[in-house]
Amino acid sequence: MSATPLKNRHLLGWLMAMPLSVILAAFLIAPIVMIVIVSFWGATEYSIYPAFQFDNYEFLFGSPVTYRVFGATLKYALITWALTLAIGFTVAYFLAFHVRSLTMQIALFLICTIPFWTSNIIRMISWIPFLGRNGIANQTLISWGVIDEPLEWLLYSDFSVILAFVHLYTLFMVVPIFNTMMRIDKSLLEAARDNGASGFQTLLHVILPLTKPGIMIGTIFVVTLVMGDFITVRFMSGSQRANVGRLISNDIGLLQYPSAAATAVVLLATVLIVIAILLRFVNIRKEL
Amino acid sequence: MTKPKVGYTRRSLLKTGGAALAASALPAPMLWAQDTKDIVLRQFGTGVSNLNDVANKVKEDLGFTLEMTALDSDAVTQRAATQPDSFDIADIEYWICKKVWPTGNLQAMDVSKIANYDKIVGIFKSGKLTEDSVIAQGTAPHTVGFVPEQGATTFADEQTNWMTLIPTIYNADTLGIRPDLIGRPIETWAELLNPEFKGKASILDISSIGIMDMAMVCEAMGEIQYGDKGNMTREEIDKTFAIFTEAKQNGQFRAFWKTFDESVNLMASGEVVIQSMWSPAITAVKSRGIDCVYQPLKEGYRSWGGGIGLSKSLSGMELDAAYDYINWYLSGWVGGYLMRQGYYSAVPETSKEFMSENEWGYWFEGKEATDVITSPTGDKLAEAGAVRDGGSFEERMGSVACWNAVMDENQYMVRKWNEFIAS
Repeated sequence: MSATPLKNRHLLGWLMAMPLSVILAAFLIAPIVMIVIVSFWGATEYSIYPAFQFDNYEFLFGSPVTYRVFGATLKYALITWALTLAIGFTVAYFLAFHVRSLTMQIALFLICTIPFWTSNIIRMISWIPFLGRNGIANQTLISWGVIDEPLEWLLYSDFSVILAFVHLYTLFMVVPIFNTMMRIDKSLLEAARDNGASGFQTLLHVILPLTKPGIMIGTIFVVTLVMGDFITVRFMSGSQRANVGRLISNDIGLLQYPSAAATAVVLLATVLIVIAILLRFVNIRKEL
Repeated sequence: MTKPKVGYTRRSLLKTGGAALAASALPAPMLWAQDTKDIVLRQFGTGVSNLNDVANKVKEDLGFTLEMTALDSDAVTQRAATQPDSFDIADIEYWICKKVWPTGNLQAMDVSKIANYDKIVGIFKSGKLTEDSVIAQGTAPHTVGFVPEQGATTFADEQTNWMTLIPTIYNADTLGIRPDLIGRPIETWAELLNPEFKGKASILDISSIGIMDMAMVCEAMGEIQYGDKGNMTREEIDKTFAIFTEAKQNGQFRAFWKTFDESVNLMASGEVVIQSMWSPAITAVKSRGIDCVYQPLKEGYRSWGGGIGLSKSLSGMELDAAYDYINWYLSGWVGGYLMRQGYYSAVPETSKEFMSENEWGYWFEGKEATDVITSPTGDKLAEAGAVRDGGSFEERMGSVACWNAVMDENQYMVRKWNEFIAS
């Protein structure tokens, strides 16, 4: 008796899930499958040919450059993550707990987004004349008598790359952390104070655990963005440094699609592993 | 009943005079002006020659619309090789031809339809500038300039009736320097790795071109004797990168550049004082009032050439229009425009008609300027009395040591290049 409506409900459920499944299959699953397939193909100077070979992976894992570049990619991700987290957390904390009126909170939050009204590239490139050998930073430091010679490492160095990353991606940390902080019940903070907790203890034992989902979402944003970004590395290091994204973009530029696909597969796997590890710490679904 | 030939209105006929007369006497396909105004040809290529001024002039002279897209060399290669239906005309460099032609995305051009073919300089036909000149190393344009027949994917060893690209533009490249910051004469390519310029040197991050600059430097330093710089062995490639990687790790380079404006900014801001550069980039630095020299060096120049190729899918009226465009291109106006930027036209003698005697003397003959030299857009480039760096056309193009190249070991070289950048 009850079998028929249940069956219908199944059918209906499938039908309702269908549009999204089709879209995901066509625009997410299929391209990734294609990339994996092509990563086993061969390439000539001007064409790619279907084959099943491990050449691309063999070269990738056989080259010391790959390890160095993956190392550099993780290094950029880690340092950027630490800095954006420190800044992002502080900014969000200030907005959520120090600013009292909601209007002010919204106004200040909007101010944070102002730099994002221009494009990534513009924000990045504007650092170049600032940090250059004869740039504003060096001239100012010299005129203050802090240094005698211009600092060479300000531009076209790891420093400038990470500076740009932090500048570009801190907001991705601020937004989710601010969001979770706003939902913390203020009476919890009062209870902590009533029980004699110091400000720092409250921060460590009440606010921090409750903000974990926000931190985690921000972390996923920042880490994946930094690991995939190649333009920032190219511009800010003056092409002198490389991360995995740059290897892929170089390969594509030189028509080595299978090799680029193989690198992309390895990068994807790395990012997924990183995210899997992060999700071990926080159950985002439960926290949301 | 004689209808006007495509685009040659009475006004432009009067204006362009002899050149247009010559062009209209050709066995070029006849198109009626009413039909041509609806034609749109999509052209793409590098920033050097894909100029809106050219598109505007085409509209004025020929009546049809030319849509221009400017990309960097790697993007050009990619598009020509992978998106054959996205363009009608490919304005590409000869070394790129070696990568793109075998894909079959371009169609060979019927030389008998090219009016000024006989006037095209020898470099693009026999490889020789003059009867007794030696052909430089690398992918010299004439080696990839012809195919045996329409549809062939291999190149012909000698001139045939089928051309891959119609040559349009070329130049002899060398190092650019900031004389005000260097303060002494620079005479050899080896100076690029001179520790004196530590942290103030740069080369370009386009492998096929950069490797040739590297080779010029290594040879000048006496470190490597190449069999053929344009077609290195793996061993030669390894040695070359070893030298440059060491220099890189010692902090010789400030940055590498990939686009025209990057090279201009590096030089103008004083971040670098010596780097591989392109002629109009020097002009751009100069026009900011900064002293910059395109330094002729004793080992000679690294040269490149560009040309126009036709998409395979071009046919019928569009194909006829494309031939008209090519004939127009070689008839002098564009040549004059490009020559006044410091490049050379494939057909110098038609360009002469579109240049003043002073300009012709300065740019082509290496004579002292008798009056101020300006760019096609009106910026002042040189005072009266100035002489072009490197001298006359024959002197400059006669001292070409190698051409930008795609070598047999290109894939290996590219991987090494990636390693060099990441090192």
